[in-house]
Amino acid sequence: MTIPRQTADARIHDIGYRRYEGARLGARYARYSLFVHSLRGAFGLGRPARSKVLPWGLFAVMALPAVIMVAVASTTGTDELLIDHTRYALSMEPIVVLFLAMAAPQLVSLDLRYKTMPLYFSRPITRADYVTAKFAALVGALFLFTGLPLTISYVGGLLAELGFADQTTGYLQGLVATAVLSVLYAGIALLVASFTPRRGFGVAAVIAVLTIPGFAVYPLQALMETQDSEGAIGWFGLFSPASLVDGIQAAFLGGTTGFPAGVQPTTLQGIASLLAVAGLVALCLALLLRRYRKAGI
Amino acid sequence: MYNETVARLTYRALLGRRRAILLSILPGLLILIAIAVRAIGGADDRVTEEVLGGFGLAAMVPLIGVIAGTGAIAPEIDDGSIVYLLSKPLPRRTIILTKLWVAIAVTMLFTTVPVLLAGMIMNGNSQQIAGAYTLAAAVASIAYSAVFLLLGTVSRNAVVFGLIYSLIWETLFGSIVSGARTLSVQQWSLSLAERVAADGTGVTSDVALPTAVILLAAVTVAGTWYAIRRLTVLTVAADD
Repeated sequence: MTIPRQTADARIHDIGYRRYEGARLGARYARYSLFVHSLRGAFGLGRPARSKVLPWGLFAVMALPAVIMVAVASTTGTDELLIDHTRYALSMEPIVVLFLAMAAPQLVSLDLRYKTMPLYFSRPITRADYVTAKFAALVGALFLFTGLPLTISYVGGLLAELGFADQTTGYLQGLVATAVLSVLYAGIALLVASFTPRRGFGVAAVIAVLTIPGFAVYPLQALMETQDSEGAIGWFGLFSPASLVDGIQAAFLGGTTGFPAGVQPTTLQGIASLLAVAGLVALCLALLLRRYRKAGI
Repeated sequence: MYNETVARLTYRALLGRRRAILLSILPGLLILIAIAVRAIGGADDRVTEEVLGGFGLAAMVPLIGVIAGTGAIAPEIDDGSIVYLLSKPLPRRTIILTKLWVAIAVTMLFTTVPVLLAGMIMNGNSQQIAGAYTLAAAVASIAYSAVFLLLGTVSRNAVVFGLIYSLIWETLFGSIVSGARTLSVQQWSLSLAERVAADGTGVTSDVALPTAVILLAAVTVAGTWYAIRRLTVLTVAADD
């Protein structure tokens, strides 16, 4: 191939490409967009109608007992709700886990499957930004999912005049317990989901990791009860996500546990549970950061 | 009615790599719990029932059933590679029946062996408790495999619906609404276990034995029939 000789009248035509001169919104805005997009995705917003069926169906199931509780309380005239606010999310745990199992792979597995990770990192965001945005979105989604039914029963309880002071403390304590649960469960679920590009596998793995420890811990606690060593029941509670949250809400937020024989954890066990939750969440985030260290994935 | 090659491929899909690990986590955990229970408390029939019934039959068997039952066919439909199988001169009936057979074999292997072993470790089959739960696990494996295989041919979200059935219907609703327990594979298989176990044990079911046997057979046969029907009219669509 011959190189065309430069001639005097050779010129590059201006064919009208334009520079971008608008505002550059920067990393913060990219992070925020990723957060909003993920949060909406968890509830199926901005996705086809059949992706909305399961999240909203699960939310309806989640909120139904709250509505029933208020209706029962206002007709019978008692001022006690059937389920404590602090234990509400825990007593609906299978629904919470299913919601997470739908949402977590939606947030991270699809990015891996369709190889969109390099696209994210071609924007001005780092892997820490990606992980924080996804984690915040999942925590937020779960907090809304579990907190809104509480709000429904709180507002309903106020309308049914169940006693303002009682209801408000119960509601606030319930929100704190829900927040602890959201952070812990979202961290674990996001970590598990980030390891597989396949949605079906992610769903199964998230459910397995979140529920199996609970299934294993309960019979062991029941065994401790038959051995009359009830102090150990609380310590066994450290080994599953559900019993960790259960222990914390019973120790610090005035709730009662679902442990065998209704054993209450001691303050020491409560502190240990708090530390375990903090440690687990930190570990999950650290492992998530490690997971995305390789850009190609 | 049974094809070597299809069976071999399905075994490989089910037991290859990460799935085999996922499948053996639960049985391993059951055996660990059994050893712990025996070491701490000695042989105790009530705790054995609690562990085998509460963990084994209520959690382990359905979860393994979901993984094996849907895993036998759903991933192939999901990624479209089922067309290579469908394009072979094989009746689709044979494909479903072979996959069902493999799913049953895998589920049984991963449920009955650990249940029996755990029962033996915990109380040495006193009052026939270990035997009863092993039988229940075997029967439940067949029904779960048929149901979840069907789910795999019906829905793209087969795993989710399988888990909704086993976790929410059988566990959550089953403990709140007693009527839900009549329509649960777990209770049907427990009614057989009740027959085997000695009188006065905690192995009880809400369903009478004849009803349970009829329902188990009906669900298995109807599920398999409809799965065959679904596969014969299957069109492979690429969306999502």
